[in-house]
Amino acid sequence: MAGGAQSGMVERRGWSLWLTHAGLILGVMVIAFPIWLAFVASTVTQPEIVRPPMPVLPGDQFFENYRKALVAGVNAPVAKMLMNSAVMALGIALGKIAISLLSAFAIVYFRFPGRKAFFWLIFLTLMLPVEVRIVPTYEVVAGFGMLNSHAGLILPLIASATATFLFRQFFMTVPDELVEAARVDGARPMRFFLDILVPMSRTNIAALFVILFIYGWNQYLWPLLITTDPQMNTIVMGIKQMFPSGDDIADWPVIMATSILAMLPPVLVVIFMQKLFIRGLVESEK
Amino acid sequence: MATLTLTQVRKSFGATEVIHGVDIDVAEGEFIVIVGPSGCGKSTLLRMVAGLETVTAGEIAINGQRVNEREPMDRNIAMVFQNYALYPHMSVFDNMAYGLKIARMPKPEIAARVAEAARLLQLEPYLARRPRELSGGQRQRVAMGRAIVRQPAVFLFDEPLSNLDAKLRVQMRLEIKALQRKLGITSLYVTHDQVEAMTLADRMIVMNEGNAEQIGAPLEVYERPATLFAAQFIGSPSMNVLPGEGAEDGVVLENGMRIPLGRPVAGKVMLGIRPEHLVPDADGPLAIETGMSEPVGAQTLVHGRLTGSTAECVASLPGVHRESDLPAVQRYAVPPHAAHVFDAATGRRIGV
Repeated sequence: MAGGAQSGMVERRGWSLWLTHAGLILGVMVIAFPIWLAFVASTVTQPEIVRPPMPVLPGDQFFENYRKALVAGVNAPVAKMLMNSAVMALGIALGKIAISLLSAFAIVYFRFPGRKAFFWLIFLTLMLPVEVRIVPTYEVVAGFGMLNSHAGLILPLIASATATFLFRQFFMTVPDELVEAARVDGARPMRFFLDILVPMSRTNIAALFVILFIYGWNQYLWPLLITTDPQMNTIVMGIKQMFPSGDDIADWPVIMATSILAMLPPVLVVIFMQKLFIRGLVESEK
Repeated sequence: MATLTLTQVRKSFGATEVIHGVDIDVAEGEFIVIVGPSGCGKSTLLRMVAGLETVTAGEIAINGQRVNEREPMDRNIAMVFQNYALYPHMSVFDNMAYGLKIARMPKPEIAARVAEAARLLQLEPYLARRPRELSGGQRQRVAMGRAIVRQPAVFLFDEPLSNLDAKLRVQMRLEIKALQRKLGITSLYVTHDQVEAMTLADRMIVMNEGNAEQIGAPLEVYERPATLFAAQFIGSPSMNVLPGEGAEDGVVLENGMRIPLGRPVAGKVMLGIRPEHLVPDADGPLAIETGMSEPVGAQTLVHGRLTGSTAECVASLPGVHRESDLPAVQRYAVPPHAAHVFDAATGRRIGV
């Protein structure tokens, strides 16, 4: 290619370059502005928020508000809720990945009676959202005494038809000769699974981890149902719980600080796993 | 070093029998090539020896020990696959070492064995690389290295060269042959390429539709094919086959031409003559209408049709012949030793 200026697929020049950038910057501002406002609101005092016009530049209460949120919170300290959310999101993401890998392995590589039937059963559950089965699930979890526990938060959400399906599709692209080579090398099924299939799926695993972590982190309805103890609140539902019922005054700076804190972990996960995540979505490694 | 014995080995997929009782006796250190067209069951046979397919009936024995029920890893075999089947996420070293690691061999010994194989295959500079960073020939070598490090009793090759380009194939063919001679490991090699079979084999097995048509040294199969199929499959271009009738001193072709062979022949027969054995001779018994000619360089392939019949015939003449230089009808002599007579019904060879 001739010269760096034309290295892109489309030739860029003059005003169209400025126009497209102006459009992009405008778009970013529209999307980012509410988040900026939330951040600003988390750094000022309560009276400053309530008195119009609302400030658009950060105030000097940053440390005070975040300290208050993390340590005291409204019902429960935010640090505790962050911890609960992290346990739940990690538990769901890792659990889903482990279970999906194993069930896809079983479905693709083993001949057992009812194999097709099991696959379709798993596939069918894809069509049922959590909300549809929430009442019976609640009944079961309550029966096991798992209300207000991390297990209760994680277990009902831990099976994933989507992930199973994804791994099944990936495993089916793995050449049969590889399986046979491993057999000749003396690898028993679980050894083959751990030494060869899992490392080969690592980009898929990374992509799924990002998606599932965010899925777990953003769970709202389920934690709301089964946690009554504020010490077990997750952060996403915890924010809602911070709004006062009745005529109390909402502590907006602390709520906003909590919102910003709730946003950070998923953002960090995306940033740090971005490379693997994108590779997992676009690349099929054979 | 080991022997490999197949006794009346059969294989069925459901109700269809694909291998109909094959007997093979492989001596220690022998290089056996199984050759046949696609779908003849040669790969299935190899996979049965490897333990990747179950044996429906019969017995496979390595060193006299029945191995039918053993897992591949317990048969003391190593296999080189057509698509190499290297583990994409492992380095060349790990690919070769994997089987040994599973066998819980001590690390220093693994390193020594892999180093030795790498030296033998000139892979030393690439040990840290991933398979996708290697060329086709190098991947092929890694696949062989993986087989060598295990020091197996039997090597199994499943069309290992078919994914390489023509030039590399010739080179790797020589390398495989040299390596096998050096290591002296009993080998079973499957291919559809008759040149590979001719050049590599100590003995070859010509397979057709699940039967071993002929087992013998390559030149023996070339010079005295036991069946019509073996005769046509081995040799390039393939043997001319002309239908005819036996007579007291040779064969009378369907157009009435009499081909003297100096011996009596009876019944309906097929007369086989290799293109390279046809000698232009103005007094020869075989008259062929000249059609296309294909100069290959050292020889010219002259295609034509037997006069008064529809039978196609090819002659391979040494040197360069232009189409315009050849007469419209060329007569050829048939040296009696180069004429093969097969029973028209069974396809079996008749007489010497």
